[in-house]
Amino acid sequence: MDNEMKEVILQYIRDEYVDEDSGVKVDENTRLISGGLVDSFSLVSLLLFLRQRYKADIPDAEATPNAFDTVTSIMQLVDKYRKDK
Amino acid sequence: MVYNKKAKEFYSQELASLREQGLYKEERYIHSPQASSIEVEFPAGTEPKPVINMCANNYLGLSSHPQVLEAAHKGLEERGYGMSSVRFICGTQDIHRELENKLSQFLGTEDTILFSSCMDANAAVFEAILTNEDIIICDRLNHASIIDGVRLASAQQDSYKHMDMAHLEKKLEMHQDKRFRVIATDGVFSMDGDIAPLDKICQLAEKWDAMVMVDDSHSTGFIGKTGRGTHEHWGVMGRIDLITTTLGKALGGASGGCISGRKELIEMYRQRGRPYLFSNAVPPVIITAASRVIDVLSQTTERRDKLEENTKYFREKMTEAGFDIRPGVHPIVPIMLYDAKLAQGMAKDLFTEGVYVVGFFFPVVPKGQARIRVQLSAGHEKEQLDKAISAFIKVGKKYDILHKTKEEVIAKYGM
Repeated sequence: MDNEMKEVILQYIRDEYVDEDSGVKVDENTRLISGGLVDSFSLVSLLLFLRQRYKADIPDAEATPNAFDTVTSIMQLVDKYRKDK
Repeated sequence: MVYNKKAKEFYSQELASLREQGLYKEERYIHSPQASSIEVEFPAGTEPKPVINMCANNYLGLSSHPQVLEAAHKGLEERGYGMSSVRFICGTQDIHRELENKLSQFLGTEDTILFSSCMDANAAVFEAILTNEDIIICDRLNHASIIDGVRLASAQQDSYKHMDMAHLEKKLEMHQDKRFRVIATDGVFSMDGDIAPLDKICQLAEKWDAMVMVDDSHSTGFIGKTGRGTHEHWGVMGRIDLITTTLGKALGGASGGCISGRKELIEMYRQRGRPYLFSNAVPPVIITAASRVIDVLSQTTERRDKLEENTKYFREKMTEAGFDIRPGVHPIVPIMLYDAKLAQGMAKDLFTEGVYVVGFFFPVVPKGQARIRVQLSAGHEKEQLDKAISAFIKVGKKYDILHKTKEEVIAKYGM
């Protein structure tokens, strides 16, 4: 597993979705969408972030709430499409 | 028969699961007109009990007001009961257009279109004017009907942290490549009573070239010095492109809603708004009553002033008593309890004491933020408020939550 990518995506999720005083902990297996932490509306900005950071042309059709439900599953998707390696 | 055993078992299990999770909603039967004091049958089958109603959206106390009833009777007698048509076939009476014009004047907008509800207005507001070249940027605590409206539209979607202007700006900057950007927010958030900072939102919209859509259902009629809404409160009348609002809360409380805003956009809804094109015209009885409400509110601010006094009084006394209430000025007063069972237990005990309030918990509010939501009305008299406050104190003492910090309440009851 790419530890750097894991930390980058986790940090993005924390900055974007977790209120500092909420005490919510997020790791690579936290259920993001089905767990109510990430609203499915903002998948578009997460997708944009991944496309820019990893030059990953993830097709819209694959950016489903299911595929984005954990950092682990997001990383698998990025790995499949990234062009910066 | 297509409703087979498998389907029956599936839905029975779904319902059982809702019950197990404590998410099953039960109706309580009210045996009186909607007012600050009502007769409630609860549990079902018991004698109706008189209680002070502190959970209605009857902000101005107009739901059963004699002048409103008189106007409704007049509408019924002079214009009949139903229209039996959508607006554009043969469902538009002169009074429909007259009310639309009055609403435009009241809200300070260019034009208005009526819908059967604000839920319908929100179902049309994005879908009819945006395509996948556009983006809707939502506050994360927006009401379910705005969220459904966004889902119905083919436009792209994004969201920003609740009332976080720096985050909104970041999103606006990120989406400069889209054809149109629309910022969508509640004017007042129904679970918190938070008032969206429309002054700052308008500044950002102007800086980053975005339209602003506001659902003002919990504001129209009483927020702002003359009750025009959140845009009046922040001094940005004329700068909001689209306002959706309801006739089903402060403005008489029956049903019906509208979109009010830029002339061309309203015209688009008359051509392409699916809930407008495919559902019946609002019945005359609601039109004449709502029309009278707007007349009264345009002449005097007496009722919104009384609501403001009631709100101030209740918030002050409850804070003094040691309740943890979200600060603010709105008649929605969230009494924070954090734990779902505590909120439910206290609401039940308050009902026994003659005060009708409801406990809210996940998924209606975020996890760990359970609360009792009190809604004040201009229809409440001071004696009713004092009685309700005494009942709250009695129940608060029983649960030992007065003058306790959030951490102390959570330590005792969990979250």
